[in-house]
Amino acid sequence: MVNETAVAIARSVSTRKTSARETIDALYPYVESSDKTIGSYLSLTHELARSLADKVDARVKAGESLPLAGVPIAVKDNMCLRGTVTTCGSKILENWVSPYTGTAVQRLLDAGAIPVGKTNMDEFAMGSSCENSALGITRNPYDIGRVPGGSSGGSAAAVAARQAALSLGSDTGGSIREPAAFCNVVGFKPTYGRVSRYGLIAFASSLDQIGPFSQTVEDAALCYDVMGGFDPMDATSVDRPLETTAGHLRADLRGVRIGIVKEFATSELGSTVDALYKKAYADLEKLGATLVEVELPTAEFGIATYYLIAPAECSANLARFDGVRYGLRVDGSNVQEMYENTRAAGFGPEVKRRILIGTYALSSGYYDAYYVKAQKARTLIARDFAKAFESCDVIASPAASTPAFSFNAKSDPYSMYLMDYYTIPGSLAGLPSLSVPCGSVFPEGGSRAMPMGLQLSSPLFAERSLLGIAHAYERATLHAEKLALPQIASV
Amino acid sequence: MTTAALDVSPDVIAKYEAVIGIECHVELKTASKMFCACPNAFGGEPNTKVCPVCLAMPGALPVPNRAAIEHMIRAGLAFGAEIPTFSKFDRKNYFYPDMPKNYQITQFDMPLTQGGVVEFWLEDGSRGSCRLTRIHLEEDTGKSSHAGSGDGRIAGSSYSLIDFNRAGVPLMECVGEPDIRTADEAVAFLESLKRTFVQLDVSDVKMEEGSLRCDANVSVRLHGAAEYGTKAEIKNMNSFRSVHRAIESEIARQIGVIESGGRVVQETRGWDETTGTTHSMRSKEQAHDYRYFPEPDLVPMELDPAHVAALKAALPPSPAVRHRRYVESYGFTVAQATQLVDNVRLAEYFDRAVELTNAPQAVMNFVLGDLSRLANETETHVADAKITPDALAEVIAMLDAKTINSKIAKDVLAKLWIAGGSAKAMVEKDGLAQVSDPAALAGFVDEVLAANAKSVEDFKAGKENALKFLVGQVMKVSRGKANPALVEQALRDRM
Amino acid sequence: MASDSIDVRYVAKLARLALTDDEVAGYGAQLGDLLSHVGVLSKLDTASVAATAQVVESRNVARDDVAGVCLDRAEVLAGAPQAQGAFFRVPRIIAGVE
Repeated sequence: MVNETAVAIARSVSTRKTSARETIDALYPYVESSDKTIGSYLSLTHELARSLADKVDARVKAGESLPLAGVPIAVKDNMCLRGTVTTCGSKILENWVSPYTGTAVQRLLDAGAIPVGKTNMDEFAMGSSCENSALGITRNPYDIGRVPGGSSGGSAAAVAARQAALSLGSDTGGSIREPAAFCNVVGFKPTYGRVSRYGLIAFASSLDQIGPFSQTVEDAALCYDVMGGFDPMDATSVDRPLETTAGHLRADLRGVRIGIVKEFATSELGSTVDALYKKAYADLEKLGATLVEVELPTAEFGIATYYLIAPAECSANLARFDGVRYGLRVDGSNVQEMYENTRAAGFGPEVKRRILIGTYALSSGYYDAYYVKAQKARTLIARDFAKAFESCDVIASPAASTPAFSFNAKSDPYSMYLMDYYTIPGSLAGLPSLSVPCGSVFPEGGSRAMPMGLQLSSPLFAERSLLGIAHAYERATLHAEKLALPQIASV
Repeated sequence: MTTAALDVSPDVIAKYEAVIGIECHVELKTASKMFCACPNAFGGEPNTKVCPVCLAMPGALPVPNRAAIEHMIRAGLAFGAEIPTFSKFDRKNYFYPDMPKNYQITQFDMPLTQGGVVEFWLEDGSRGSCRLTRIHLEEDTGKSSHAGSGDGRIAGSSYSLIDFNRAGVPLMECVGEPDIRTADEAVAFLESLKRTFVQLDVSDVKMEEGSLRCDANVSVRLHGAAEYGTKAEIKNMNSFRSVHRAIESEIARQIGVIESGGRVVQETRGWDETTGTTHSMRSKEQAHDYRYFPEPDLVPMELDPAHVAALKAALPPSPAVRHRRYVESYGFTVAQATQLVDNVRLAEYFDRAVELTNAPQAVMNFVLGDLSRLANETETHVADAKITPDALAEVIAMLDAKTINSKIAKDVLAKLWIAGGSAKAMVEKDGLAQVSDPAALAGFVDEVLAANAKSVEDFKAGKENALKFLVGQVMKVSRGKANPALVEQALRDRM
Repeated sequence: MASDSIDVRYVAKLARLALTDDEVAGYGAQLGDLLSHVGVLSKLDTASVAATAQVVESRNVARDDVAGVCLDRAEVLAGAPQAQGAFFRVPRIIAGVE
């Protein structure tokens, strides 16, 4: 397993104490055996990894400075990496090999990272448990009877189970932050537009962002500094100099104002969870922060807003999966029938639900009442945050209302949507936001303590402040380390 | 569809007024496609000018082509359109195999241009205009060919083959108001559009290459009727001539339907070049729910009014304005004026020479006469030949001053065409000046009269042709330099 | 904003999804349920609010008109569900149907 942080591995490989090739060679046997239980990966990229590792070692030997030299990373399977099968957890792309590499992934490879494999996910990033994957099951490494969260479940589990030092996930309504909380790792979603979406298979264009899972905030900062910044291949990526974060991590929180959201009162979450977060907020204060009550009156409309906008955008984004140019084809007596048969066979139920609701929300007669109304609500939500940030530097809340739940616990679609309650409003406003481990609780009927995550969100483009604050909290509390990872039984 | 419906008498047709609205798609001339860097060029091996973006591969994103936006704005300004300060792209959603994303990136409610007017003229000199609703920017689809039906048509085909080279090429959609009343006007409108787009170098506008495609909405109503009739949309016309034929055919068809007690159905009809008729493509008008919404992968455009004003100021005079000047101020025929403006470089050459000589008629005669002939013979454009407007102006001035005669002028032009330089200098150097000195002329006249006694007799006997012959002889012995008018006079005097 | 019962068949047609009768009923119920939840948005006064077009405030992002490198056709067609020669092949297109 990976025993070291990305920062430590990069230092080790860069000083040639160890090689990239040794690192990856030592890792694969562990990945292969542990993944029989956990199921983080849909595919492993052995040959590519070895060939890149050799190249990294040569570059290091030649004196090149590589910030992520030899760091094994797992990549969510909705990100294009040339020559790899890229499935989005869907039958419709089950055998599709991408002919190009997305920008964020390429930047990491250019910095010396080594791709271990592609990770499992809810199909087309739609879900909060990874149970919507059509191609595999991923289990929470802390309790294999429970979900790892979603949609980036595989990436979260891979880092949690030490099958990679870093992994990439994507977050649209919480798909990095929630699984990070469920799996006792750091999960970070940058400001919308800060990391290129070129090569990220789109779910909701105005919400999707790529971000890292890591063992520490420092590792997440390192990854972000390498990946972030304007990309001419993505017109929505922001052309603004990147403020690096890894050199600005804080030791304490003196002078920092932490906003506690009135509408996110944890007293509603049961006494143990309530106590956990009250302790987390108290720990922030102990570090010198001031707690300030803020209001987000429109936060309660977040889910309704999100579940109109995201499906609308995805209904158009997924129209390209039609059996013409790539992917699955199921024939028909004419081309339109072929579309219908292909998409019926290729998409799972959650994807179909969202395509249907999204198509409906855009359709004639309903567009103003649904889609436009939701985009207006979105403006109000963003305004609420802007107002809240007048009196605080960062907003703290739970990342999710419960720890990881058991498989099949949430069969009703809407109950699953509620898992994104705390993460969605920040997504709608495009804010940078992360989850950092903040302790554990015994879930109802559970025999093992399960991790929970503290969500921290900052104003747009304030990644430096956000990661700095998160780092201080993490170093002072060390919650992730305190929860022992169970032995991963070989099946 | 029988031809009986077309056998409508001219009297009956005259009772009706046709109302025609033209919609065209014009491919822009750019180095790369609208949203990706694939080359934008006609032809080429199928599916070689493609990339993840224009093939709509998973994870690909569009980035707009700056030049296409500029072309679009200039084209709109050339027709007096309004350019807004804010514009954006939208998604138009429908499924079709030549449209890779199954949505088209286009402009719905905030196009780059609004309004505008296209002026046109007919062969008989009458002028008209057609308002533009808008011109907006969008991307083209791929091309499909259909197999199995024996004639390449969709109907009866068993499968289709798609080439995506054209997918993503930048397209201007020009929507005209239903101001057009005849097939002649429709073609004149299209020709005006073409002239301006070619002049601005925003498109090649070649229907045969597909860089201009157009549809016509046609309806008829009795003269004086307040309401429009039901319209049919005519597609599949691939030359200006077929536009003309299709519109006339459709007008007659609709009149025939109404006159025989039927009702015109609102539908799309395809023009069939071989049968000379339109046929219905859909049995009922399908209402398309395109579910337009703003394109989330692109950011809006904010246009700087100062920049737009600068683009407007830099526009060349429009072909219509030039044409009007040539006909009304210079008195050219419609055909002459059209020939000049059909090619903007020719018009610019002409205008420059007129500036120098103030003799539009003379310049026109040479430009459309000798110079155009030389252009054809040498397969070189007038503006590319070595003869400058300045040199032409010199020739005209010398002719006017009778320094040279018209035959010499022709020779000089032909020489300048290849060698360039100053006409005056050439005439001096080669001694081509016309001989008008009476003493010198007398010498030639004596020579010719002495050598052609018979002709002299013939002339005195009343044959005018003999004079012509004698004049020709004098021109010959003087190597063309004698002043022909003076020669004729001198001969008359002597005989 | 009433909780309309969605015409699932019509919407599925627009989205090119073939659904069984059971699916039509099942999705219809689930979508109706979701719609009644999103109906809460009608409580918001959005009369004087502009719809969010883009979260980021960028304008005028465009690229220079320069031709670049294309994909290799063989690689592209290798991933096609059905290629014929240099083309993508699809079942017959019925004219007038979009």
